[in-house]
Amino acid sequence: MNTTTFSLSAAAVGLALLVFAHWLGVDYLYFAGYTILQFIVLATAWNILGGYCGYVNFGSAAFFAIGAYSSVFWYKFYPLPVPVLIVFGAIVSGIIGLGTGYLTLRLRGAFFSIATLAMAVVFQTLVVNWDYVGGSRGAYIIRPETVEFAGLEVHYIEYLFALMLALAVIALITARTIERSQLGYGLATIRDDEMAAEACGVPTLRLKLIATTLSGAFMGMAGAPFPYYIGYLQPQSAFGLEYAVNSIAMPMIGGTTTWLGPLIGSILLGSAQQYATVTISSAVNLLIVGLMLVAFVIIAPNGLIGLVQERRRARKQP
Amino acid sequence: MSPLLHVDNLSKRFYGFVALDGINLEVQPGERLGLIGPNGSGKSTLVNCICGTLQNEAGSVHFDGKTLDGLAAHERTHRGLARSFQLPRPFHSMTLAHNLRIPLLYTVRAREGMLHAHSDLEARCHELLQMVGLADKAKRLPRDLTQVEMRKLELARAMAAEPKLLIADESMAGLSHSEVDDILALLLRLNEHGITVILIEHIMSAVMRFSQRLAVLVSGKKVADGKPEDVVRNPDVVRAYLGQ
Repeated sequence: MNTTTFSLSAAAVGLALLVFAHWLGVDYLYFAGYTILQFIVLATAWNILGGYCGYVNFGSAAFFAIGAYSSVFWYKFYPLPVPVLIVFGAIVSGIIGLGTGYLTLRLRGAFFSIATLAMAVVFQTLVVNWDYVGGSRGAYIIRPETVEFAGLEVHYIEYLFALMLALAVIALITARTIERSQLGYGLATIRDDEMAAEACGVPTLRLKLIATTLSGAFMGMAGAPFPYYIGYLQPQSAFGLEYAVNSIAMPMIGGTTTWLGPLIGSILLGSAQQYATVTISSAVNLLIVGLMLVAFVIIAPNGLIGLVQERRRARKQP
Repeated sequence: MSPLLHVDNLSKRFYGFVALDGINLEVQPGERLGLIGPNGSGKSTLVNCICGTLQNEAGSVHFDGKTLDGLAAHERTHRGLARSFQLPRPFHSMTLAHNLRIPLLYTVRAREGMLHAHSDLEARCHELLQMVGLADKAKRLPRDLTQVEMRKLELARAMAAEPKLLIADESMAGLSHSEVDDILALLLRLNEHGITVILIEHIMSAVMRFSQRLAVLVSGKKVADGKPEDVVRNPDVVRAYLGQ
């Protein structure tokens, strides 16, 4: 399927989901759906650097939080519509992604991962000490009850759901396009063997910087509407461990080498977490992630997609 | 004739250890140079400095009349330098055909600025795989290959970058006699097509059959450089290999 056909199909599926959700008209579906869609964007963004390029980023929560806090900043300074905030979130997080990449990409393996973790701590400390965006006490965002969207008066949560759905579709189209492009091949060579990639003429540093920028920008996009979704943003929730862990766990469970992996992982893990939240407690979310991650590392180290690909290959070969 | 590769007074240290000490080397266009030396003599370090994997502290490298100093490894590949690795380093997640597609996309296209059509790329990959006898395995992964096939893939991938100079770093290590002959025939064929080749090797029979000129490194210094039959009789070379 070529990129145009895929993009149109993805947009059609997104639209169908939106119409279906509107037809059901259940507010909880929007809340739960928003969270799952947000994880699709985060996991897809993580996968651009971690999956395609092989650089494991433990600082996803920081990029997400930067997107969220850029919205808080604008809310206080000059309130803007959420789609504009998403663009600003993407720009700020993308620039920080580029800067962080430039500083850390000469590190490899565990050293790179530790550096991204440290970067998250640095940004959290900065936000905690920045009074204008609420500092350690947090910031309240008062969102309107309804908003006019496509000529209709809709609940704000439905509006946010629609925006996050659009972001998820854009993220998936971008990831699939990268995967099948020259850039995608180049990133895969870095994941496989960076020295051999350079010897083949691949400008590894430039490609890694593109990957960190894109990855950071999408994480920032996922974070930008978050203050409007949650209503009260504090550093502990924006920089929460669950974002960093889920961003890694979801692609690992689905499979890191294709765009489909993060999508499957996010739907599986996100749905399980939402189910646990309403039936048991939100506190078991991380336990579910941990258990599923351990199970998949043992049963399918290359994720569900990797498992299917291996079986297909084994069937084809004598 | 001006040399294709000119290494001038090249030195490299790893902390206190002197790996290369003032190496001078010239390679003429179309030449077949054998580079030998005992383990730890600095052969691979020299290759890494020439190819940009390591940065030398002193001296300079000129290629095709231009300096390579300060250029990253991929930029040197774009200039026409290609190498194979001592231990094969294929892209494990890609098929053989896709392994060859990388230098075509990133080097040939970057150098010539031409946009290859999908079918052109496929055809060129097939041609290269056919040249090394791996055409029937184009859609296989590198893990399905034998040792000699892996070496051939490594050479085919280096050739895909359409280099002026190929540095084959121990491409025959661990191979049987007939497999060594296979690789040697392949390298000779490439040289017949006008590609300058530097062969780094421990298998002396292969080096003697292949090389028009032989250079010898011992403890980071070049101790001999000349016709193979003269170099192997050089007392310094004999001492380095057989002891006092």
